[in-house]
Amino acid sequence: MQSPKPLWLSGPLVLVGMSAATTAQAAGISVKVEIPRLTVSEYHRPYVAMWIEGANLAKPVDLAVWYDVKMKDNGGAKWLSDMRLWWRKSGRNLQMPVDGVSGATRAPGTHEVRFTEGSAPLTKLPAGKYEFVIEATRELGGREYLRIPFQWPPQGQQPQPAKGASELGAVSLTLKK
Amino acid sequence: MSIRFKHLATGLAAIAALSMVSVAASAHRAWLLPSATTVSGTDMWVSVDAAISNNLFNADHFPMQLGGIQVTAPDGAAVQPQNGSTGRYRSVFDVKLDQTGTYKIANAGHSVMASYQQNGERKRLRGPVERLKDLPQDATDVKVSEIISRNETFVTNGNLTTTVFKLTGKGLELEPVTHPNDLVEGEPATFRFLLDGKPAANLKVTAVPGGTRYRNQPVEITATTNANGEVALTFPQPGMYWLDAEVADDKASVPQASRRVARYNMTVEVMPM
Repeated sequence: MQSPKPLWLSGPLVLVGMSAATTAQAAGISVKVEIPRLTVSEYHRPYVAMWIEGANLAKPVDLAVWYDVKMKDNGGAKWLSDMRLWWRKSGRNLQMPVDGVSGATRAPGTHEVRFTEGSAPLTKLPAGKYEFVIEATRELGGREYLRIPFQWPPQGQQPQPAKGASELGAVSLTLKK
Repeated sequence: MSIRFKHLATGLAAIAALSMVSVAASAHRAWLLPSATTVSGTDMWVSVDAAISNNLFNADHFPMQLGGIQVTAPDGAAVQPQNGSTGRYRSVFDVKLDQTGTYKIANAGHSVMASYQQNGERKRLRGPVERLKDLPQDATDVKVSEIISRNETFVTNGNLTTTVFKLTGKGLELEPVTHPNDLVEGEPATFRFLLDGKPAANLKVTAVPGGTRYRNQPVEITATTNANGEVALTFPQPGMYWLDAEVADDKASVPQASRRVARYNMTVEVMPM
């Protein structure tokens, strides 16, 4: 995390993305997330959690948690519980940071993250109906979450994209068999 | 005084004592208000306000005394509250959450209330059980009520645990079916009440949302426990709520008391989803 790499190249998430890119045929999920640019007097990047939940899963599959990972003594964990839905479903059972899941907060703009099935953090998903959930909360700002239902393994059309109204912009999933 | 009249007077005194208890119960609410009930991270603290007031949760009457505050850690150890201070209307203290899991912050009391006749006047005495020794020698028509009260709130650092819900078997106690730190608006929550360790059936439980000062009409959510002592409550809005349950019976353990009141109060936080 100390190297002067651009933010989008840092962290374990991108490593997963890169391995997905090299094994282009691997099944997986690609997520495009827009963090809206907001004109507020004091802007802090949002905390964002994304995960998969579904009837066939004993517990949610955490894909990414973007929070202030650079604070001394993991001090940024103090606001993880503000992502209340994620905290209740999964966060409170975890010891953060989690390798391959935790990452730094992202700047406004569109970010693409790829997950390969069977490669952490995306475990093998039994066939069935799922929901991709993304939740964002911002210091001195609001909180918003979106759900995108999908079928696994993917069949036919890609899942319907979603669009947030405040803390999240356009969010879309691309599934690959 | 004829026998008959004496009985009537006794009866009236009993009614008066009863109504005093219920007036006290409805007007003055004792509460513990934590700054947060769900926390994450390391080196976490909560700050707690403790008061007895009319409005929830505005301290407007009397501070809760810090001497009675007991904090229990998830592993069962007693935790010393820190930075305690008592002001005119409220007390404040901090709790450092060194462990992960659910903490209990409580004020459990065992007290008496006596009403008696002296020099043709009806008088009252209330306080700890030992205060009964202050009853005047010439007191007549003494009516003593024993009060077992329990006032609690829960705070969870990280994952929910249930070790602090260990029952004592005395008075009214709560057993979580739904954990008090897992409450969400619109979702029914179930709590189990026990009286002396046995299911408290047919117990009326009232939940009052905070912010009473900003409402023209009182808002209360009430429900009654089933035979198993369980009650289901649905909180319509997020926020802090104050729960109240009370039972009166003749099972006093103080020899002079003819009546026993067991009371349970809890402050819970309901989150938006």
